[in-house]
Amino acid sequence: MLNVPLATLNTIVLISSSVTMVMAWASLMRRRFETYRVYMGLTILCGLAFLVIKYFEYSAHFHEGALPSTNNFLAIYFTLTGLHGLHVIGGMVVNAYFWGPGAKLWKTNPVWFTNRVEHAGLFWHFVDLVWIFLFPTLYLL
Amino acid sequence: MTSDHSAASMASDHAVDIDKHVRIYITVFVALMVLTIVTVTVSRFHLPVPIAVTVALMVATIKGSLVACYFMHLISEKKLIFAVLALTAAFFVALMVLPVVTVHDGFWVH
Repeated sequence: MLNVPLATLNTIVLISSSVTMVMAWASLMRRRFETYRVYMGLTILCGLAFLVIKYFEYSAHFHEGALPSTNNFLAIYFTLTGLHGLHVIGGMVVNAYFWGPGAKLWKTNPVWFTNRVEHAGLFWHFVDLVWIFLFPTLYLL
Repeated sequence: MTSDHSAASMASDHAVDIDKHVRIYITVFVALMVLTIVTVTVSRFHLPVPIAVTVALMVATIKGSLVACYFMHLISEKKLIFAVLALTAAFFVALMVLPVVTVHDGFWVH
């Protein structure tokens, strides 16, 4: 019932976004601001890709009448992935802030900015971590 | 609040150090991809449920540990941080085991 290939693609997308996130932080440590921008942009795009794929998954479920109210498993599935998706959106908002308006801080206090990006990265990695457990539990078992 | 890898302490750190880190990140990325393929492939074998759950959770734990240790720099943290995390993990495992044990009465006695 659940789409394993799409979810596998989503897993790859999120893991890649984690790599680009840590590379964004590493770019800041190397004082390469433009490279940071590229990697952070990629992270945000990967997050967007994840959400788009999730959108297709959800709409397919709703189309075939698989709702949270249908059975216990679906209720749990939608709750877990829905909450996870909300955290992805939250993380993307923060990342977008640090890509755009927040990046001003780089000029005045690069050390502080780098630390803030690292913390945003910690949240993003945690979102990825949760998905790493959700994926096998919901889709594969 | 600052880990060994805070920007302040690494201000004098050289590009060489970061290069080593970048190589680690790429290695971890490849490992994560491989493990993803492993976990999807194993799921196709339709192993008996307890074994399938164990394998899936083991693979997921390894993947999660890789993300935590290297992307989140947990491996370069002080021992105390590790200890706190290990304690949390132990309690979590106990939390998960409790419902299983209550349902399967006589779990330890056959």
